[in-house]
Amino acid sequence: MARKLNLRIWRGDSTDGGLKDVQVDVNEGEVVLDVIHRVQATQMGDLAVRWNCKAGKCGSCSMEINGKPRLACMTQVASFDENETITVTPLRAFPIIKDLVTDVSFNYKKAMEIPAYEHPKDLAPGAARMEQIDVERSQEFRKCIECFLCQDVCHVVRDHEENKKSFAGPRFFIRIAELDMHPLDTLKNRKRKAQEEHGLGMCNITKCCTEVCPEHIRITDNAIIPMKERVVDIKYDPARMFSAILKREKRD
Amino acid sequence: MSGVFSPTRAKIKERTLRTDKWWIEPLITFAVLISFVIYASFRAFENANYYIEPLISPFYSPCLSSACVEGSSLLGTPIGTIAIFGLVISPALFILIFPLGFRMTCYYYRKAYYRSFWMSPPACAVAEPHEKYTGETRFPLIFQNAHRWFFYAGLVFNVLLTVDAILAFKNAEGQWGHMSVGTLVLLANSILLWGYSASCHTCRHTLGGRLKHFSKHPIRYKLWTQASALNHYHQQFAWVSLFGVAFADIYVRAVASGAITNVYFF
Amino acid sequence: MTLERHKYDVLVIGAGGAGLRAAVEAREAGLSVAIICKSLFGKAHTVMAEGGAAASMGNVNDNDNWMVHFRDTMRGGKFLNHYRMAELHAKEAPDRIWELETWGALFDRTKEGKISQRNFGGHEYPRLAHVGDRTGLELIRTMQQKIVQLQQADGREFGDMESKIKVFAECTITEILKENGKISGAYGYWRETGSEILFEAPAIVIATGGVGKTFKITSNSWEGTGDGHALALKAGANLVDMEFLQFHPTGMVWPPSVRGILVTESVRGEGGILTNNQGERFMFKYIPDVFKKQYADNEAEADRWYEDQDNNRRPPELLPRDEVARAINTEVKAGRGTEHGGVFLDVSKRIPAEVIKKRLPSMWHQFYELAGVDITKEAMEVGPTCHYVMGGVEVDPDSAAAIGVPGLFAAGEVAGGMHGSNRLGGNSLTDLLVFGRRAGAGAAAYVKSSGANPVSDAAIKSAADRLEAPFSRTGGENSYSLHAELQEVTHNLVGIIRTRSEIEEAIAKIADIRARSKNVAVAGGRKFNPGFHLAFDLDNMLLVAESTAKSALLREESRGGHTREDFPGMNSTWRQVNHISSFDGNQVNVKAQPLPIIPKELFDLFDVHELEKYMTPAEIAKGGSN
Ligand SMILES: Cc1cc2nc3c(=O)[nH]c(=O)nc-3n(C[C@H](O)[C@H](O)[C@H](O)COP(=O)(O)OP(=O)(O)OC[C@H]3O[C@@H](n4cnc5c(N)ncnc54)[C@H](O)[C@@H]3O)c2cc1C
Ligand code: SF4
Ligand code: SF4
Ligand code: FES
Ligand code: FES
Repeated sequence: MARKLNLRIWRGDSTDGGLKDVQVDVNEGEVVLDVIHRVQATQMGDLAVRWNCKAGKCGSCSMEINGKPRLACMTQVASFDENETITVTPLRAFPIIKDLVTDVSFNYKKAMEIPAYEHPKDLAPGAARMEQIDVERSQEFRKCIECFLCQDVCHVVRDHEENKKSFAGPRFFIRIAELDMHPLDTLKNRKRKAQEEHGLGMCNITKCCTEVCPEHIRITDNAIIPMKERVVDIKYDPARMFSAILKREKRD
Repeated sequence: MSGVFSPTRAKIKERTLRTDKWWIEPLITFAVLISFVIYASFRAFENANYYIEPLISPFYSPCLSSACVEGSSLLGTPIGTIAIFGLVISPALFILIFPLGFRMTCYYYRKAYYRSFWMSPPACAVAEPHEKYTGETRFPLIFQNAHRWFFYAGLVFNVLLTVDAILAFKNAEGQWGHMSVGTLVLLANSILLWGYSASCHTCRHTLGGRLKHFSKHPIRYKLWTQASALNHYHQQFAWVSLFGVAFADIYVRAVASGAITNVYFF
Repeated sequence: MTLERHKYDVLVIGAGGAGLRAAVEAREAGLSVAIICKSLFGKAHTVMAEGGAAASMGNVNDNDNWMVHFRDTMRGGKFLNHYRMAELHAKEAPDRIWELETWGALFDRTKEGKISQRNFGGHEYPRLAHVGDRTGLELIRTMQQKIVQLQQADGREFGDMESKIKVFAECTITEILKENGKISGAYGYWRETGSEILFEAPAIVIATGGVGKTFKITSNSWEGTGDGHALALKAGANLVDMEFLQFHPTGMVWPPSVRGILVTESVRGEGGILTNNQGERFMFKYIPDVFKKQYADNEAEADRWYEDQDNNRRPPELLPRDEVARAINTEVKAGRGTEHGGVFLDVSKRIPAEVIKKRLPSMWHQFYELAGVDITKEAMEVGPTCHYVMGGVEVDPDSAAAIGVPGLFAAGEVAGGMHGSNRLGGNSLTDLLVFGRRAGAGAAAYVKSSGANPVSDAAIKSAADRLEAPFSRTGGENSYSLHAELQEVTHNLVGIIRTRSEIEEAIAKIADIRARSKNVAVAGGRKFNPGFHLAFDLDNMLLVAESTAKSALLREESRGGHTREDFPGMNSTWRQVNHISSFDGNQVNVKAQPLPIIPKELFDLFDVHELEKYMTPAEIAKGGSN
C-alpha cells in the first residue's frame, strides 16, 4: 500500500538553509508528522522537529505546510493530491533554531506580561459557585493548546519584527478576554491595559488567527472584537463620554 | 529587510509558499467593492431619479435638503441648500455619510478592505508589502472605534427605510392599501438592513456581550445568544444587504427614469 | 568554553502536573526553584489527560467521601497500594482541586454551580472533576499560569520576574549528582544547542512521568522514556513494583500511524458500550468474582444505571482497566475482533450527536480528523495500549522523599506505591497534585534543615564525558533501530500477557541491546539533534525495561497490571510483598520486601468478606496493625 511521496523540507539554521527534496514512503492514513519521522529515522537522523502527543492536543508540532501554518500531526497526507509535492518549513514569524524548530520564546515572554488571575480575597477554596453559562465563554479560550500558529500567522508581527515589542498577539488576546470574562476575576483594569500595553489596537481584525487555529477557537469574533468593544465601552462610548463630561469623572 | 525576510528568520525567498489560489478572494472582494463605490458615487452625484411616488431610493432617504424633489423629504428639509462654487451639493451626500460610515467601520468590512485594498495582509501567511504597520492605534484608523456611533445612526436609518417601505404600500396617487414590486424591493432592503444591524458585533456586545455574569441577566443572555447566532452570518448579511441597497436604488432609478414601470399587484 | 552553571534551592525535574505543583509549593515556602523539562513549557504529558481528576467532593452524589474513595483506590490496586499514600490521596484530593479554582481554573459546573463530577471505571460515585475531555490541559495551564503569577509577584518584589522561579525548557537532565551521599545537583544538556548545563541544588524533585515509550503501542509521547526512574536508580534510590504497567483498554487501532493513541475512558463513562464483531456486548462475560456485587450482569440493569445509580449496578464496561484490557485481548485472540484487531466502542447509539460533541469534543475531533470516523454516527475501533506505569521510585508517603537518598524526592507517575497493581482512571491527576505539593514541601523542609552541598569537579567531569562519548564513536549502532528493537522485545515478551520463558528471553535480549547501546554513534552535530537525544533516552528505557522484566519474572501470580499465563490467579501471599529494584552500577537487582501493614482504622473501613478475597486468613485474623 505504501507509495512514494515527494517532500521538500527546509533544512538549515540561523546562518543559512534551504529546501531539500526527499522521497519517502507513505502509508494509508498517515499524517505529515509520520512521514517526517520516517525521513528522520531512515534518511536524516539529525532532522530537528518538535512533537509530543501526535493527537492535536499539545501544540508542539506547529510548522508551515505548503505555506500554511498547521499542526503536522493533524494534517493528513491524503488531503493533498497524489503527485503533489508537499513543502514543509519552520514557522516564519519566529527566529529559526534548526530545520523545523523555531525559537518561540517570544510567546512565553508575552505570557508573563499578562496580569494573572485575581481570586476574590474573601472567597475560600471550594466556596465558589459559578453557573455553566458563565464559564462557557472563558472555557472556549482555555481550549487553547498554545501551538502559536495564530501568533505565527498574524501579520502584525510576522511582517513587522519591530512590532513584537508592543503586541501580545492573538493567543494572549484570548487570554485577556478569558480573564475579563472570568466570573470570579477581580482585577479591574484589564481592558485599558489591553489597549494601552498589549497592543489590542494593532490588530486589524483580518482574522488569519481564527483561520489557522486548530482548536477552532473563534479568536477574532469571540475574543478580540468583544475586547475591542469593551475598550470602546470605557474609552469611546457615546453615552458614556457624554455622561463622563457631565460628571467629570474617569471610569474604568 | 523586515518581516519574514528578517535576518533571524528561516531563509526562504518566497513571499509565500502557499500553493492554493489565495489571491482570488481579495481580488473578487476588491472588484465588487470598487464597483459598488463607483456606482454609489455616480448615483450620489447624479442628483436625480431617486424619487417617484411612493418609492424613494435608499441613497437619498430621508432627503433633507431643500434641493430635494418634492415629496421625498420625510423629515422636512432642515439643511436647506448648500452649494460650493455654485454647485448644489447632492442631498445624497448628507445621507450616504452615515451608512457609509457604518460600513466603513464595520468589523467585517474592515477585514475585507484591509485585505483586498490595503493588502495588509492580502491573505493569511502572504507577506504584506508595507514597511511600517501600526494597525488601528492612531489617526486615522483610531476612528474605527466610532463604529458604535454609526451603529446607532444605522438604527435610525433602518427605521426610516422601514417607514419608506411601509409608505410604499401606497399607490402613485398616495392612497393606502396597494402593493407593487417596488414595495417588495424596499421591504426586502429594510429587512436585510435589520439583519445586518442585528448581526453586528456592537449589537451583540450591547445586548449582552459586555456582561460578566449571564446567569444574573437571563433575558439579556437569551438576546445575546440570538445575536450571536446571527453574528455567525454577519459576513453574509454584509454582502447581501449591500446588494440589497444597490438593487433597491437601481430599481427606483429605473422606475423614476421611466425605463420600467413599477408593476402593482393590487 | 565555560560551563553554564546555576544555583537553586530546589530543582524540579519535570514540568507536568506533579513538577509544577511541587515548584509552586517550594516557591511559596520561600525558596528559589528551577523547573526543567524536555519539551516546551506546557507540553508535558499531563496536557494529554482527558477524563478528569478524581476527588471525593461529593458534588454530584453526596454519599461520596474520602473513605469511599480510599476503598475504591485500594480495590482498584488489588490491595497492593501503599495504604498511607492512598489515604493521603483520598483525603487531600478535594482540597487540591478547589485550590486550582482559586488559581483560575474553570471546571465544568453542576446545576448548583459547583464543580461537576463524572463517572469513571472503578469509582463508586461520579467523582471526576473535568473540563469536557481536556482536563489535563486545564490542570497544566492553571499551574503554568499560577507560576506566572508567582513570577509577577517576584518581579514586583525583586525587579526580575525570573529571579526566584525559572523554567528551563527543552533541557534534558542526564545525571543526578551527589556528594557525601547527599544530593548536590544535576547535569544535562540544552536540546536546542546541545551545550551542557550544571545545576547546583541540595534538593531535587523528580517528576518525570512515565515509561510508555519502552513499549511499541503506547499512549505516551516521546517524553515517556522513564528518565526519572533511571536517574533515581542510578542515584541509589529504589524502584518499587516495576512489573505493574497499565494497558489502557481503549487505544486507537486504526490507521496504523495513530495506533495506541488514547480513547478516553469517559467515552465509556458517558455510556459507550463495547461489542465484538458478532455484535455481542461481551463485557458481561468477564466480571470477576470480586466485582460481582458492584457490576450489572445483564444489559437491562446496566442501561438503567445511567438514569438511576443508587438502585442499579454499574455496566461492566466500567470495570477497572486491567479487567477490560484483558477482556478485549481475549476477544481479539479468539477471533472475535474487528478487521484491524480491536473491538468496537460505540457511543452513537445511546447519546445524541450534539451531546457527544459537547461532552467529548476532542474525541470527536480526534477520530474525525485522524481516522475519518464520525463517532456520533459510527462505532470506534479500539484495543489495549500501554498507558501508565504503576511502579516507580520508592518514597516516604508523607514527604515524598526517595528512600535511601537524602535530598531526593519523587512525585507523580514516576513515584511508586500509590496505585498498587492498577491505577484507577482519574486518580493520577489528583495524585500529581497531592504528592506534587507534598514533594515541594518535603524538599523545602529538607533544604531549610540541611543547607548547600557543593558539586565536585570530578562529578562534573564524569557527567560531561558521558555526554561526549557518542559523538566520538563512528559507525556504531543507530539509536533509532535499537529503540525499535527494544520496543519489539517488551511488547512481545513482557507485554499484557506474560510467561516465564518469554520473560527470561526478554531479560537476555534487553541485556544484549544494552551491551550494543554502549556503542551507539550519533550522526550530525549537537544542535537540536534528535538522534543524540534518543541515545540518552534509550539508556534510561533499557534500565526501566530490565527492572520491569526482572520484577515480572519474580511475581508468580496475576494481579492488576501484571498477568502471568503460567500463574493465572491472584494469590494472597504474593500480596504481602513489594518488588524493590536497585542498581549496582552494572545491572538491576530485584528483591522482595514486605508490604507495610495496613492500620486498624483503615482495615476497618472494609467489609471483612471483601478483604478475604485479597488477604490471607492470618492477616484477616490480625485485623491490621495497631
Ligand atoms: C493520553 C493520556 C490520557 C490520560 N488521561 C488521564 C486522566 O483522564 N486522568 C488521570 O488522572 N490521568 C490520566 N493520564 C495519566 C496522567 O496524565 C499522567 O500519569 C500524568 O500526567 C503524569 O504527570 P507527571 O507530572 O508525573 O509527568 P508528566 O506530565 O509526564 O511530565 C513529565 C515531565 O518531566 C520532564 N522530563 C522527563 N524526563 C526529563 C529529563 N530527563 N530531564 C528533564 N525533564 C524531563 C518532561 O519534559 C515533562 O515535563 C493520562 C495519560 C495519557 C497519556
Ligand atoms: S485578526 Fe488581529 S490578531 Fe488575528 S491575525 Fe489578524 S491582525 Fe493578528
Ligand atoms: S489560539 Fe488556537 S492557534 Fe492560537 S495558540 Fe491557541 S490553539 Fe494555537
Ligand atoms: S504533536 Fe501534539 S499537537 Fe501535534
Ligand atoms: S456592522 Fe459589521 S460589525 Fe457592526
